[in-house]
Amino acid sequence: MGTALDIKIKRANKVYHAGEVLSGVVVISSKDSVQHQGVSLTMEGTVNLQLSAKSVGVFEAFYNSVKPIQIINSTIEMVKPGKFPSGKTEIPFEFPLHLKGNKVLYETYHGVFVNIQKGKFTPSPVDFTITPETLQNVKERALLPKFLLRGHLNSTNCVITQPLTGELVVESSEAAIRSVELQLVRVETCGCAEGYARDATEIQNIQIADGDVCRGLSVPIYMVFPRLFTCPTLETTNFKVEFEVNIVVLLHPDHLITENFPLKLCRI
Amino acid sequence: MAVFPWHSRNRNYKAEFASCRLEAVPLEFGDYHPLKPITKFSSQVTESKTKKVNRKGSTSSTSSSSSSSVVDPLSSVLDGTDPLSMFAATADPAALAAAMDSSRRKRDRDDNSVVGSDFEPWTNKRGEILARYTTTEKLSINLFMGSEKGKAGTATLAMSEKVRTRLEELDDFEEGSQKELLNLTQQDYVNRIEELNQSLKDAWASDQKVKALKIVIQCSKLLSDTSVIQFYPSKFVLITDILDTFGKLVYERIFSMCVDSRSVLPDHFSPENANDTAKETCLNWFFKIASIRELIPRFYVEASILKCNKFLSKTGISECLPRLTCMIRGIGDPLVSVYARAYLCRVGMEVAPHLKETLNKNFFDFLLTFKQIHGDTVQNQLVVQGVELPSYLPLYPPAMDWIFQCISYHAPEALLTEMMERCKKLGNNALLLNSVMSAFRAEFIATRSMDFIGMIKECDESGFPKHLLFRSLGLNLALADPPESDRLQILNEAWKVITKLKNPQDYINCAEVWVEYTCKHFTKREVNTVLADVIKHMTPDRAFEDSYPQLQLIIKKVIAHFHDFSVLFSVEKFLPFLDMFQKESVRVEVCKCIMDAFIKHQQEPTKDPVILNALLHVCKTMHDSVNALTLEDEKRMLSYLINGFIKMVSFGRDFEQQLSFYVESRSMFCNLEPVLVQLIHSVNRLAMETRKVMKGNHSRKTAAFVRACVAYCFITIPSLAGIFTRLNLYLHSGQVALANQCLSQADAFFKAAISLVPEVPKMINIDGKMRPSESFLLEFLCNFFSTLLIVPDHPEHGVLFLVRELLNVIQDYTWEDNSDEKIRIYTCVLHLLSAMSQETYLYHIDKVDSNDSLYGGDSKFLAENNKLCETVMAQILEHLKTLAKDEVKTLEYIKKQSKQPDMTHLTELALRLPLQTRT
Repeated sequence: MGTALDIKIKRANKVYHAGEVLSGVVVISSKDSVQHQGVSLTMEGTVNLQLSAKSVGVFEAFYNSVKPIQIINSTIEMVKPGKFPSGKTEIPFEFPLHLKGNKVLYETYHGVFVNIQKGKFTPSPVDFTITPETLQNVKERALLPKFLLRGHLNSTNCVITQPLTGELVVESSEAAIRSVELQLVRVETCGCAEGYARDATEIQNIQIADGDVCRGLSVPIYMVFPRLFTCPTLETTNFKVEFEVNIVVLLHPDHLITENFPLKLCRI
Repeated sequence: MAVFPWHSRNRNYKAEFASCRLEAVPLEFGDYHPLKPITKFSSQVTESKTKKVNRKGSTSSTSSSSSSSVVDPLSSVLDGTDPLSMFAATADPAALAAAMDSSRRKRDRDDNSVVGSDFEPWTNKRGEILARYTTTEKLSINLFMGSEKGKAGTATLAMSEKVRTRLEELDDFEEGSQKELLNLTQQDYVNRIEELNQSLKDAWASDQKVKALKIVIQCSKLLSDTSVIQFYPSKFVLITDILDTFGKLVYERIFSMCVDSRSVLPDHFSPENANDTAKETCLNWFFKIASIRELIPRFYVEASILKCNKFLSKTGISECLPRLTCMIRGIGDPLVSVYARAYLCRVGMEVAPHLKETLNKNFFDFLLTFKQIHGDTVQNQLVVQGVELPSYLPLYPPAMDWIFQCISYHAPEALLTEMMERCKKLGNNALLLNSVMSAFRAEFIATRSMDFIGMIKECDESGFPKHLLFRSLGLNLALADPPESDRLQILNEAWKVITKLKNPQDYINCAEVWVEYTCKHFTKREVNTVLADVIKHMTPDRAFEDSYPQLQLIIKKVIAHFHDFSVLFSVEKFLPFLDMFQKESVRVEVCKCIMDAFIKHQQEPTKDPVILNALLHVCKTMHDSVNALTLEDEKRMLSYLINGFIKMVSFGRDFEQQLSFYVESRSMFCNLEPVLVQLIHSVNRLAMETRKVMKGNHSRKTAAFVRACVAYCFITIPSLAGIFTRLNLYLHSGQVALANQCLSQADAFFKAAISLVPEVPKMINIDGKMRPSESFLLEFLCNFFSTLLIVPDHPEHGVLFLVRELLNVIQDYTWEDNSDEKIRIYTCVLHLLSAMSQETYLYHIDKVDSNDSLYGGDSKFLAENNKLCETVMAQILEHLKTLAKDEVKTLEYIKKQSKQPDMTHLTELALRLPLQTRT
């Protein structure tokens, strides 16, 4: 029988902010008593740039020059060499979360640290109307069936913990509607003197209407921002993280209409 | 072999009786009596008892316990709340319906935070829907356990994403979880869904939460598939079962997280009581569900765990419900959306029945989208599937009825009226009207019956079938009464429409419901008219053959309302109506119902020729259905019913008529043994009845009549099969004959019985098991002996000829080896013979001279008697000899017995026995 080791963090949601204290326990469970050379706990935080599949070959030189940057690092010795008794041993620990040097810490997608951005939140509602005439990139406008969609987003400035909301009304449509979807896209831009890379990734796609919905009846637009893939909109000298939402309408037999709305996410 | 002269001990029965009797002790009022505490119920006695206890200085608690002990434990079982009767009450659908009806009346309007028992639960609807919405077409299940495939909408995606999703899919394929099952029959489909339900539970139990969620998502996705649309309602039922399972699992899991902090969470906990881990887990579930791509699975899965909002915040549920309601607007297919609404209402009623607003919102949203049913998209779909509108629209009621029922539960009259008005405004509102009638309070509908009839008439004929509307209305009127003044008009208006229905199936479904209303409020004249109309519609082309269940229901309803059978049978069309049941099994069922009702409701014996004729006909039908293949149980049931009828027939003092009725019955029911037995008993009873009327002194006429009765029995008994039935009946009839001074007839009975004894087989069949018959034979013979004591000897036969004959038979009977039965019988014979040698016998029959007075203690008779005793005694001793092993024991027993004061005569025997064995 081996010895099992587990680190348990006190907060259930595992979200900590800079300056706070990260606390938890190390649990060692074993059937027999275990001899050991001491236990130490290391906390490390790094930023790593990863190559996007889309950009392979173009900016390789640029990416390869960037090494993982360490932003936090601390080690504590928990137990001196000795013996653990059989059964379960719990060793509590605490880490103060202090930044290394004077680096700025940004919120990660995985939500480990948060730099509290004291962004002001002002709702910015958007009304929109979609008709064949409002569309760009249409090959043969004449072949498009007639339709009129109206709607609004309650705000394109969004609080990250609150859902994106709004309404969509199919006022009329010659062709039957197959589906209406909300597509959340993350746009990452990285650049320096040599040039820049832009990468758009769909991070969530939510269907809000399925089938030929009733005309004139508003369908709610509602999307919860995924916790692991979103962060507040970010703009620094070296890189940008932005978000957009597309309203995608599919018409019979095979028409695809997309309307794009840039979003600004913040945390308050 | 030595012979032991026998001397019977002389008995003075009177003196013995007097000395044996217990002394009666006079009891003063208030004295202690052991049976008193149980039987006394008056509060006064209870009080006095507690006082007594108090005086003894006991505490109040003991006094209360003593007063409670006054309650008879058995009587508390009988107050109707014992589990069996409760179970029986719920098992009986008719009783259930009645209970619901009554509870519907006394609705408690104040308490709406909890759904009362008067709310018909979903489980009741479940089976109905599954039974009604079936298909013979092939079904398919398509399950992608992987993440969503990028559809057209992902065209703009980056390459990397596509690669990633592909890879993810590949991972999922490795789980072997993508399945497409085609060409499933309905039963296969149901089985598959049940398997999924099981694999959901398994996955959960083995801690594969993600797999469990995937299963649920894929299952709820099946609800967006409307191919084989006529099966959709059943599919909904099956899949929401899985969702319910899932919802329960998630809730219980999170609940258990709160429990392990050593304190158990109460049922009505507040979010503050839930710990952080539980909240976080709960939140995780909601985040996961919020990211489900497709609308329908996202809706269903979130709805299924609605209850979990209780862990997060107090207002969670009340915020979620309206949002989910709005979300349904995104569902384009009207059928899919109405079922989604039904599910939401179902969950809502379960979790937060006080949130009425959501229910209403669902209803009004539904009305807004109502026009879609007649839209192009739906019509095109119907054309593709080859489904007609009249068979498409009836797919809606289960969901609509449920939504309407939820709303109308405890709803104020004003809301119902408003809902009705809103429905009226929509064109072709038959569908709505139907659901209003099925879901709203019957009282509400009944008081507006005339309005409803008007609305039904105005409905567009092409859509929802009108007869279903009339059926729904009829169902309401069966439960609640319309205003007195409208009643006849309602019937006339409704029947005018019903009678015009061309399709016999439609007609009978409707008529069946309205019969109840007719029976309830009108006389036999109207009922007769209705029955005549049904006959007229159902006779052409033998349409009745397809509608036996409905026709049976009609009969049941009529019977339920006409307890007076003379009135019932004077409904002219009742018997012609019965003639429609031409399939024998059904006809017998109906006959059983009628007889059952008769036995239940007929209080007085009857001689009404109308009833007798009709019921004899009914009974004959039942009897004639018996054949070689009929099961024993069935025969017993039929016999019970026929016997019930026979017992209720009485011609009063007209005994001859009564006898001829029994004669007729015998010829009619000759195949059912229990009926023949009953007839023999009835005839015996008739003879005794006659004797009673004549006070024991038969006139020439009554003597002849009684002999006729006896003759009846004598010739009926041999036709029975059961050997002991025959034996006992011979004995019993012999006793009756004796009591009526028919001595030679009685002799005949006894002789017949004696000659039957050798035929008794070793083993007899009792309730399907073979058992040795000896104990039964012993019992019968003992009984027989007691009778033989008083049977006078026939002057032309020898002394005690019956006893002798019987002894011969016993002697010749092949007894089980080593069994004591024969000896037991012999000892009984000894008892009999000893009793016979007394000067005056223990008992007599009035007006029959027994041997004691015939012989007057004649010494010749006594000698004869003693001789018999000696023979019997020799037999007994012979047997004792074979018991050589146990001789010591036997001897000791006899010695012991002989020491008792009145057993001294055994001393001699005890002395002789050892000698005997030694020789």
